Amino acid sequence: MKCEELLAMLNEYVDGGVDPGVCDQFEKHLAGCNPCQVVVDNIRQTITLYRDGQPYELPVRFRDQLHSALRAKWREQRAMK
Amino acid sequence: MSEHLTDSELVRRAKAGELAAFETLIGRYERKVYSLARRIVQQEQDAEDVTQQTFLSALEHLAGFREEASFSTWLLRVAAHAALKVIRKRKGLPTVSLDASTEPQEGYDTVPHPEYIADWRESPEHLVGRNETARLIDEALQELDDKHRVIFLLRDVEGLSVKETAEALGLSEANVKVRLLRARLQLRERLTQKFGDPSRRFEPHRHPEVT
Repeated sequence: MKCEELLAMLNEYVDGGVDPGVCDQFEKHLAGCNPCQVVVDNIRQTITLYRDGQPYELPVRFRDQLHSALRAKWREQRAMK
Repeated sequence: MSEHLTDSELVRRAKAGELAAFETLIGRYERKVYSLARRIVQQEQDAEDVTQQTFLSALEHLAGFREEASFSTWLLRVAAHAALKVIRKRKGLPTVSLDASTEPQEGYDTVPHPEYIADWRESPEHLVGRNETARLIDEALQELDDKHRVIFLLRDVEGLSVKETAEALGLSEANVKVRLLRARLQLRERLTQKFGDPSRRFEPHRHPEVT
């Protein structure tokens, strides 16, 4: 397996969807290729970093506005039934 | 009082006319929807509009929601659509879907190879909570094309499957996979330039016979 071939299968490998046979080849390549090893690590770290990032808080003013708009819509829909 | 109930139970109660159940659902997902919208549209006012549209639309279509997807996936799909519509409008593009048909075929052969390869100086757990790194992380995300960013957000941040992401955006799974790879690689490149340790840098292998 060459680095290019590894790159094409990177998603499946990181997400755990590679066939066992291919996975062996992938890991054999990794064992002998420092740059690819580091790229795989970096990709995993990148995903973790974004996945664990803090969500944005709603501005309080907007949150109030959202909830009252939804309540109004709720009443309107109920009234039509 | 309804905080401990599952989404399905809350949806059932909301359908039966219980406003409190619907409000609990909003409370549970408003930050998620707003964050997704903020990260796609990159602007506060537009993110608010998208969030409001998403929940209004959810309310409007609640009776027809059959729970083939989870409530959260359903909401995120509505939000992603609304956010992409805003972006297209901003750019003066027709507000049709971001399908692949009008674009050159994207294949793995054109995916840019990693250039800057280095171990990171710190683990993601150490990087994630800090303000100055949060800014760098956001900036890297903003540099992605819209079509790559939205896929990365749905798949890797919100945890939708490839299939769900494809369905949400009206794309093929193959297309989602290749765009996801591009997004991940581009973010890796940017973040490694920022967080990589120059003393533990590796040169990419060259395989001239295949280029």
